[in-house]
Amino acid sequence: MKRRPSTGRRAVNLLVTIWAAGSALIGIGILFWIIFVVVSRGLGAVNLPFFTQLPTPPGVLGGGLINAIAGTMVLTCAATLLAVPLGLFAGVYLAEFSEDSKLADFSRFSANVLMGMPSIIVGVFAYTLIVVPLGHFSGYAGALALGILMLPVVTRTTEDMLRLVPNTLRESALALGAPRWKVTLAIVFRAAKSGLITGVLLAVARVSGETAPLLFTALNSPYWFHSLGEPTPNLTVTIFNYAMSPYPDWQQKAWGASLLITAGVLVITLLARFTLREKKL
Amino acid sequence: MMEHVHRQPDMPSYFETLGPRPKISVRNLNFFYGDHQALFDNQLDIAEQKVTAIIGPSGCGKSTHLRIYNRIFELYPEYRATGEVFLDGQNVLDPAQDLMELRRRMGMVFQRPIPFPLTVFENVSFGLRQHYRLNRSEMADRVEAALKGAALWEEVKDRLHRPGTSLSGGQQQRLCIARAIVVEPEVLLMDEPCSAIDPVATMKIEELIKELKSRYTIVIVTHNMQQAQRVSDFTAFFYQGRIIDFGATADIFSKYSLLEEVPAKEQLDALLAQERPDARSLS
Amino acid sequence: MKKIALTAEAGNDSAPPLGLAPQSGGQRRVSAGGDTAFRWLTFTCSMLVPLVMLAIGADLITSSLPALKKFGVGFLFSEDWNPVTESFGAASSIFGTLVSTLIAMVIAVPLSLAIALFLVELAPPKVSRTVGTMIELLAAIPSIIYGMWGLFVFAPFMANYVQPLLGKGLGFLPLFQGPPLGIGMLTAGIILAFMVLPFISAITRDVFQLVPAVVKESAFGMGATTWEVTYKVTVPYGLVGIIGAVFLGLGRALGETMAVTFVIGNAHRIATSLFSPGNTIASTLANEFSEATEPMYISSLVALGLVLYLITYLVQVVSQTLLRRMYRAWSVGL
Repeated sequence: MKRRPSTGRRAVNLLVTIWAAGSALIGIGILFWIIFVVVSRGLGAVNLPFFTQLPTPPGVLGGGLINAIAGTMVLTCAATLLAVPLGLFAGVYLAEFSEDSKLADFSRFSANVLMGMPSIIVGVFAYTLIVVPLGHFSGYAGALALGILMLPVVTRTTEDMLRLVPNTLRESALALGAPRWKVTLAIVFRAAKSGLITGVLLAVARVSGETAPLLFTALNSPYWFHSLGEPTPNLTVTIFNYAMSPYPDWQQKAWGASLLITAGVLVITLLARFTLREKKL
Repeated sequence: MMEHVHRQPDMPSYFETLGPRPKISVRNLNFFYGDHQALFDNQLDIAEQKVTAIIGPSGCGKSTHLRIYNRIFELYPEYRATGEVFLDGQNVLDPAQDLMELRRRMGMVFQRPIPFPLTVFENVSFGLRQHYRLNRSEMADRVEAALKGAALWEEVKDRLHRPGTSLSGGQQQRLCIARAIVVEPEVLLMDEPCSAIDPVATMKIEELIKELKSRYTIVIVTHNMQQAQRVSDFTAFFYQGRIIDFGATADIFSKYSLLEEVPAKEQLDALLAQERPDARSLS
Repeated sequence: MKKIALTAEAGNDSAPPLGLAPQSGGQRRVSAGGDTAFRWLTFTCSMLVPLVMLAIGADLITSSLPALKKFGVGFLFSEDWNPVTESFGAASSIFGTLVSTLIAMVIAVPLSLAIALFLVELAPPKVSRTVGTMIELLAAIPSIIYGMWGLFVFAPFMANYVQPLLGKGLGFLPLFQGPPLGIGMLTAGIILAFMVLPFISAITRDVFQLVPAVVKESAFGMGATTWEVTYKVTVPYGLVGIIGAVFLGLGRALGETMAVTFVIGNAHRIATSLFSPGNTIASTLANEFSEATEPMYISSLVALGLVLYLITYLVQVVSQTLLRRMYRAWSVGL
């Protein structure tokens, strides 16, 4: 028989409930506070010149950040091109062929460690690997750093999504005489398609807002860029530079760039979640 | 009539006296999952262009046995088979066997209909692409023929480019049959093909099986006694990983009164002891 | 070897042929030995991840050797940081990293547990889903955005309201003395707490949900309140996982860069007050790496990075081991 808890215990429970709800409110509150600040301060800076013009010299009003916008997109694309194929195949091995081996376990463990690695350390790595031998900062180093950050994310989500595909699907394709690689690429991938895309989107969202790994690899530049072999302009480092500068106009632009980055990242993240949710239904 | 249980390979086979060489001959087949043994010394002959049913209580190894014929068990590294399975005299378990070709010759239909995440057309043409190089019109003709052969064409001819999953359960299973027969196999392995679909669809598939046997050798695993009696010519009776009897369906069914009642465990254990005097039944 | 397509069964005249004569254009494909190559390709790719992880460590070690050789173990304890005299020490950075992380954990852990409790036990499903998504969005916000908000909005807020209050009320403690600058260790710690919160609460939420319903139900059936079931049953049951989650958050806090760089003030000294500026390993790297040109300067910075790498690696190992143990015990895939 269920006994009613005493008043004292119920009071404690109530207090805890308030504390728990209050904590959730704090969390949501901070989220909205940040979004509100970014939107209200950034909206004013985001006008047509922002998207179409190059930066003006320091202290001179006007201009835009078209080079940084393009640079961020190119760096992210390059990183994606590097990380996604490697991550997909790595995930395939872990899901389809790994058969409980110690090496596979070590690979999974390393992926988790790498995901928790400070992104600035990855930047240092890319610096010593590319910037030092080349003698100058370059977008390639930045793309490498971002790619390294994306790789474990894509690997893990690929493995998880492929494991969700039932074995009977593989069996029916194999029973028709298809080779294993075809079964994986033509059938299993297609079955896991939305999950795989979600994984890629989440990885992209993660790195498109990254600053630290670019600080001394791609660096930044106020000019247009002609290849990734030179310092490459990008939004995040621009935000850093402009925010620390004494020019109000630049600080205003930093907010505009912040708005752009935040909107982009949140949209991709929400898109990724809804893709996955639809598939589950 | 009671002597048609196979025990040793050198015993006169049922078919040597009655018909052509068996399409498939299983000899001394043992199957292991890790250390655990699932099949014990299976001997079986499958007649060409006839339907052979494999019946028995759940978990007695029927599906396991069937899945050795096309070596689909090799997807799982902890499974192991010893012995021989001869298809037209060639041992399919031989590592030198061309696996792709084997699987083309042995089509398989699974328990749950599982169309590929492709269109109806692409589901059927998938197998073709693995084995043949065809142009588009040839491909279309073959797909149509396969769908007709599976008695599905009329229902899907206007929906060829819709997803395979948009069909009903019974239609999906017939799609899986079309998918299997399009590559012109010689044998059709059916693993409880009707257990996941409704009775009306089941009837359609049973009619289809009767039609198909004129072209293919069919081996069907089923736990439905009435179905086995309806569609099959021969029946193999499995119990605890062993084949405890085999013969013409009519004979087997009357011998054990299979349609009236489920055989009692004691009866099955006695048969098992007959087959393997040293084997203890698992309680 | 090109194989010839099968002809229709010769003796099979009891039924109409399946379709067309298959030999027209029925050219057989070569069966793929591509499978072995595929296995090797995917295997190689899967080994890239551990390779990169180890390569980063090896690289950090080699690049920091000059500094380590020059300063020896004393590097870890020296508060010096002088690019001109080339005298470097990691003490203030390590101190700042640890203190800011500690502040973050002290704030984030209770909050995260409370939020997880709210989402799993207290909120109705729809609310739980919405609020849960919003908390997860906190994790998606880039570090630099936290930095911007921190520097331009939160730090002034701290300077104008919170720090004066703390100074008045708790000013007898050396922790809360000094001018309310806004930027500094405390502010950095608080912002870190918000950044780390969604990670800890997401995993704790999983842990709470993984506790078998029967265990909770039997406690409820005895008349326990939700809170009592949580602290007497759920938390002890899932303690391993919760600690794993905390370590995961810890790892993230240790390595957070941009938000901290904006608000910690970049001062290379160890101070007792939480109001004073300081630096972390990550913030020092962010601020100074691109400017450093002399080899010993760079090597010292990389040495800082090596310390951070090792601390992070260790924390990750602990977190992974704990989480794996929990998931394995409950037979859930990791």
